[in-house]
Amino acid sequence: MIKSNCTLTFEKNPPDSITVSVSGEIDHHAAVSLRRDTDAVLWDYAPKKLTIDMSGIEFMDSSGLGFIMGRYDVMRKLGGVLFIRDPSPCVEKMLKLTGFDRRVTVIKNSKERQSV
Amino acid sequence: MPRTKGKNNSRHPGRPPLSPVTNELKLSFPSLSVNEGFARAALGAFLAQLDPTPTELVDLKCALSEAVTNCIVHAYSDGIGTVKLSVSLRADRTVIIEVRDLGRGIPDVAQAREPLYTTDAAGERSGMGFTVMESFSDKLSVVSKPGHGTTVKMIKRLSERKKL
Ligand SMILES: Nc1ncnc2c1ncn2[C@@H]1O[C@H](COP(=O)(O)OP(=O)(O)O)[C@@H](O)[C@H]1O
Ligand SMILES: [Mg+2]
Repeated sequence: MIKSNCTLTFEKNPPDSITVSVSGEIDHHAAVSLRRDTDAVLWDYAPKKLTIDMSGIEFMDSSGLGFIMGRYDVMRKLGGVLFIRDPSPCVEKMLKLTGFDRRVTVIKNSKERQSV
Repeated sequence: MPRTKGKNNSRHPGRPPLSPVTNELKLSFPSLSVNEGFARAALGAFLAQLDPTPTELVDLKCALSEAVTNCIVHAYSDGIGTVKLSVSLRADRTVIIEVRDLGRGIPDVAQAREPLYTTDAAGERSGMGFTVMESFSDKLSVVSKPGHGTTVKMIKRLSERKKL
């Protein structure tokens, strides 16, 4: 596997939530392994809630939208829900431009809200 | 080598003459997904001479990423082929990006350009590639011949930079 400029970390939030933080660049090259690694965890843990933190994304093309909608479908099969958390400016622009901001639930400024 | 020397816009008589080409980049690479990031980086390095705004740069990189990905995912879906990229700069700060493949081609270009249209839902394509290319350029043209390949051309004029 050739290295991609994208990293993924998982955090389990008992009882039934998972947070996936993606950072770096999401293109088609990166999306292939993102999809494989995320789904391995999802099918294993079967969470009711998946949060994808996208605050660390520096570049994303429409492959990132495919990744989001793909996980939306997996969560639906698992009977759970998907949230996109703190999209970085480039992610937000892409979601808006394509109208995908109306197809997924986006949570913004989650860190500020926690500290209040 | 720069070709057009401010000649008349012969294909569109009546329009002002095209600004001369001042620089040109040509690259060709195999349709390996690792080259998506390479193509973006090459574009960024080449455009640095025009000092684009960060937004202009990211938008063009994103549009290029879409075009190159389409060659890799769709044009050469059953193997590896050659992707040709050319970038020309005109004196009036117009950037012309052309991405060409000799792959399967597109039977109905108008349909392919519709938002959400994809022939590869299983591959988690979103069907938004052409929409992105269109939004991030001033003009997008797609010429394709089934069985012969596709050429995507994106034109964008960069804003004037203030001289220091
Ligand atoms: N270079 C190409 N060669 C062959 N088919 C293409 C090419 N580019 C695009 N297509 C076709 O056009 C459709 C729409 O492309 P696009 O808007 O980028 O969406 P997506 O890549 O997500 O499917 C593709 O699903 C494919 O059928
Ligand atoms: Mg595409």
